[in-house]
Amino acid sequence: MPEKVLLVDDEKDFLDVMAERMRARGMEVKTASTPSEALALVANESFDAIILDLQMPEMDGLETLKKIKSKKPELQIILLTGHATVQKGVEAMKLGAMDLLEKPADLSDLTAKIQAASSKRMLLVEKQSEEKIKKILTTKAW
Amino acid sequence: MTLPAEIVGTAGLEFFGRISASISHEIRNALAVINEHAGLLEDMTLMAEKGVPLDPGRLKRTAGAVLKQVQRVDGIVKTMNRFAHSVDEPLKRVDLAETVELIVRLFARFAAVRQVGLSPESPLTSVSVATRPFQLQNLIGLCLDYAMQSAGAGGTVKLSIAPLPEGGADIRFAGLPVSALTEAPLTGEVAQALLGATRAVVSLRAESGELILRLPAKIEGVS
Repeated sequence: MPEKVLLVDDEKDFLDVMAERMRARGMEVKTASTPSEALALVANESFDAIILDLQMPEMDGLETLKKIKSKKPELQIILLTGHATVQKGVEAMKLGAMDLLEKPADLSDLTAKIQAASSKRMLLVEKQSEEKIKKILTTKAW
Repeated sequence: MTLPAEIVGTAGLEFFGRISASISHEIRNALAVINEHAGLLEDMTLMAEKGVPLDPGRLKRTAGAVLKQVQRVDGIVKTMNRFAHSVDEPLKRVDLAETVELIVRLFARFAAVRQVGLSPESPLTSVSVATRPFQLQNLIGLCLDYAMQSAGAGGTVKLSIAPLPEGGADIRFAGLPVSALTEAPLTGEVAQALLGATRAVVSLRAESGELILRLPAKIEGVS
């Protein structure tokens, strides 16, 4: 199954060309140019990885990361930024980001991280399902 | 007058750092787009080697997109160069219209992040003043920060320059909602030191929703 990726960046030219290249590699890609657009997509769909710009109008990347993680903790978020500082990187990791890459990034590196994100997410989802089943087995009277 | 040199110096470095970080961010964004287009050309070449015909229209669009980013970076670098040279002479005669235009360009990204529009009068009135150019830029930056904060997301800060009969000029930052003008502007230590260094006075005109930065025609030491 192809990896399903959400790209979030306020640079429309970047979104378009990046999405085109990722689709050419067999990925299913959705794009959002604002954090609110991204949050709406996340609420209704599931993604293997989210590539998120750290600095955007409306809401910064860390705030968006927090909101996504509070709704869907299993989602794997890779921050992609032209404005990275060590402090921001550490903060992002503490908030649950899977990785932080600086722009311009190498698509092969990013693809490898997306594949790793997809595997990690599958493991988390499996674990969540297992826990749900255990809970049902221990609480329901059969 | 003895300048609070340490405060002005530290504030200047912080201002320079903030602007440089913003410029490097903008350049990286443009480079990222160029990088992806170069990658796309590589992808198309690989496909062509496998027998997929090249689409001339797609190539033309890619070339256009790269050119657009090159022009963008050229504009950013020109602005950065003008800003960098503003520390060449500590005291100098400057055109306020050019100074305000430069700061508006340098603050475009900060404004976009705050979702505030910056709208300088077109054209801005040209007024020459003898001042400390770098400290003046720093001060206009602080005024813009205050104005953008007051205007809030969705607001627009309108900038204009009004010459004074006795020489000098007012730089006006309009479009600020009266309800947001609750705090006195530029009361901090840094702002006070910069106001002192440029002999400027800042005031609020709440009824018209304006912040006004009044600058003298000249300060000591400049002809």
